[in-house]
Formats: sequence, C-alpha cells, structure tokens
Amino acid sequence: MGATALRNGPSPVPAPIDSIVEVRGISKTYGNVEALRGIDLDFPRGKLTSLLGPSGCGKTTLLKIIAGLIRADGGTVAINGKRVSAPGPERAFVFQDFALMPWATVTRNVAFGLELRGTNKAEREETARRYIAEVGLAGFEDKYPHELSGGMRQRVGLARALSVDADVLLLDEPFSAVDEQNRRKFQEDLIRLRTNQNKTFIFVTHSIEEAVYISDRIVLLSPRPGRVSQIIEPEIDRSGDPERIHRDRHYLDTVDEIWQGLKQYVE
Amino acid sequence: MTLFGYRVPMMASLLVWCVVWEIVGRLDLIFLLPPFSDVLAAAFNLVQTSSWQSATVTTLRAFATGMALSIVIGVPLGVLMGRVKIADDLLGMWVNIFSSAPLSAIVPVLMILFGFGEKTIVAAVFLFAIWIIVLDTRAGVRHISPSLIEMARSYGASRPALYTKIILWAALPEILAGIRLGLIRGVKGVVIGQLLVAIVGYGALFETFSRNFRMAEFWALTIILFAFALLIAELIERAEAKVEYYAGARQ
Repeated sequence: MGATALRNGPSPVPAPIDSIVEVRGISKTYGNVEALRGIDLDFPRGKLTSLLGPSGCGKTTLLKIIAGLIRADGGTVAINGKRVSAPGPERAFVFQDFALMPWATVTRNVAFGLELRGTNKAEREETARRYIAEVGLAGFEDKYPHELSGGMRQRVGLARALSVDADVLLLDEPFSAVDEQNRRKFQEDLIRLRTNQNKTFIFVTHSIEEAVYISDRIVLLSPRPGRVSQIIEPEIDRSGDPERIHRDRHYLDTVDEIWQGLKQYVE
Repeated sequence: MTLFGYRVPMMASLLVWCVVWEIVGRLDLIFLLPPFSDVLAAAFNLVQTSSWQSATVTTLRAFATGMALSIVIGVPLGVLMGRVKIADDLLGMWVNIFSSAPLSAIVPVLMILFGFGEKTIVAAVFLFAIWIIVLDTRAGVRHISPSLIEMARSYGASRPALYTKIILWAALPEILAGIRLGLIRGVKGVVIGQLLVAIVGYGALFETFSRNFRMAEFWALTIILFAFALLIAELIERAEAKVEYYAGARQ
C-alpha cells in the first residue's frame, strides 16, 4: 500500500489528535430503508475530509445530520466537544444546487448568513465583498444569480459559507452541477483556499478522482446500510502546481486502490 | 397580424370592430345597438355627471376594500396550506370547491347576511377573488426548492425570517399571478354584487339605463367597466414581468 495509510473495518477508528467533529453511533432509517448504521467518525481540525461512496450509501444524509438539517434516529454529533442537534454558527453548508436566492444580488446572497445574524448592512457588505473577491468573483457584486454560470453560482455559495466565519465547512457534492472545465478550476481553487483559510472541510462526493485530488482524508462508505468501510489518507504533496497532482504516482495509485475497493458495489 | 405585407398593430383589430359596430348601429337594425359614436358621446357626457362620479367612488371603494381583504387573508392562507399538511387537508377541498363554484348564486345569501349596502358588495368581491389567490399562493409555496429552505435553516434563520425573507419572495411570481386573476374575478364580483343589490353604485346606474332603454349610456358604462378591468390586469402583469426573471431561474 506504501503511499497510503489504511485502516480497515467498520470498528471504531482510533481518534486522531484534536478532532473538531465527533460522530458517535449515528444511525438513520427512512421508512424501511436503513440509510446509516452505527457511524463512528472523527474529523481532524484543519483538514479536508471527503465522504466517498456509491449512491445510496447515505453520505449526504450523514453530512446533513452533521449540519443539523436532518435528525438522526440514534447517536450523537459533537462540534468542539459540544453536542449539537440543530444548525449552528460554527458550521456552514454549501449546497449541491447552490441554493441561491434568485431575487437577491451576489452581495446580498453572500451576506445572507450575516444578515440573519443581525450584522449591520455596511459591515456585512464589506465582509461579503472581501469573500466575493476571495472566490474570484470581484466585479460581479451587483449581478443576479441568473446572470452567472453554474460554476460562478457555486462560487457565490462558497463565499456565503466562508463569510459567516464558521469553523467547519460542509460541502454537499458542490461541483456535481458544474461543468467539467469549471470543476477542475474550482478544485484547484479549493486546494488554494484551504491553505489560506484555517478551516475544517467535510466534503461529500461520488467522484474518486475528486476525493483523492483534494482530500487529506477519505472516508469510504459502503451502501445499504451506510457504514464506514475504510479510511484512507492519501499522502500527496499539494504544495506545488495543482496541475501536477493529476500526474502524481501516489494520486494515481490511490485512485486505483479505491476503485478496486468500490468495484464490488457496482452492478 | 399582417395585412398586405404590413404589420398591423393589435389595436387595429379593435378599430375594425368599432367600425362594424358603427355601421350596424347606423343601419338601425336593432334598437339595442346604437351607433358606436353615440356610445362614445354618451360616455363623454356620462363621466361628467355627478351620479356617475359618486357611483364610481362607491364601486372603487368596495372593490379596493374587497381586494385588500382577499389579499391580506388569501396570501397567508395559501402559505399556510402550502407549508402545513393538516391545513391543506382540511381546507383544500373547500378552496377548490369555491374557486370553481358559480358564486353568483351565493350573492343573494350575502344580501341577507350583510344587508342591501356596500358590505354585501365588499363581501362579493372578497368571495370572488380570494380562492384563486389562495390556490396560486399555495402552488407557489409548494414550488419552493427544499434546498432554499434548508439553506435558510442552516444559516440560522428564525421562523419569521424564513417566511419573510425566503418563502414569500420565492413564491412571489405565483402570488402575483394569483392576485392578477383575483383582480379580474373581483371585477366580476363587484358588478354582479351591485347588479343584484341594484341600489348601489354601478348596479343602480345599470338598472336605471336598462330599465329606461338608454342603450347608449348602458354600453358606455359597460365599456368603461371593461376598460377598467383590462387596465388593472395590465398593471399587475407589468409587476409580474419584473419578477419573471426568477420564476424561470428557480428549480
């Protein structure tokens, strides 16, 4: 295995030092479909962890339980050691379909989290402008979502999540509704953003390449019921040109290894 | 419409029908139909009479009150039905029945309840207009993308903020469409109400004109009423066009 550190089995994973999100025994059933069973997971502070698995493995459900948007049937989620069961200011969510308000400008959309917190207008617009520039949308402050491309809309969604200054960013397949070229660019930007922002990212994806490309840590979930089947920590050097990663040997090996593991779930 | 290669504006067809009316009127075939020019002259005289002016004030006041009530009650009711399943189950059937029922039949009952006055007219406008506003608002609220609501929740929106900052805005295109249709039905309500009560506003005028066979004035009043209904529908349509861009942008 060489390039990657592997831990097998659904048994409790030894807790890494300083985990910001702790998931204990989470289970969830929809009707008679068991979506998640006994999930135990720790998310290390300042790292990007991907939840990866075939469709139906409950990865989005798990993310939304961590976000407090879905109530779990059993188990607990703790952020910074405190149990949570509802959304809170220490978490920010990025949605698969962007979830922008079509009647509001880019600035108001980005500032919306702060608006709900009662931050005054001048201050929140100032913050919004800073993050709009951060995600590369300077000059589009007064545009409306329908005037932007899919990739740009998701940048607005990302800027909104950044502007509330949460410790944990939860991203639900953020690039799946974005075209291929924009996705590549976006992934590179995300790598760059991670080094600038001292935040913890939890990232749901079904793309193996995407997960390996951007993650410090990949949690593989198996479907029906969703369980942790493997945790992989790809040791890829992301300090240089992000373009180079795609040709990195460790990158290619890890992608292949995960694919071998997931193959059994594909009919 | 094009004629001999020229583009003819929409209003032109209206002009053709005015000319046809004028010719038929001048042929003196039926006394019910005076020439169009006579009708226009009658309209010109009519708007200067104090009876028309006071009737207009009465009618507009009843119409505006009835519409305001049906919007203020109809929109929240539609939002409630769109968001709360129990409310939808309880009220859905009645709203659907009333929105397609021949409401004119109920107006006499309103007279018994509210007397032969303006209250009955207001009630008639309300009863005609509210159901479509409720139904369209409900449809608009149902259409809101669930992720927009999750977004508001995840960023800490309180319940009032969720409704005033997200739900009302997201459903606005449908709400406005409902109000436009409601206004048109409200015009029907005001006319039918006044005709049945027959001693208030335009109803009294219509009654006088038709009983005395003053057909030119009768038609003049009808045209004024039609023009009014078209005008307010047009105004709302302009407001709708302003929010149209995001009706399509939502998924």
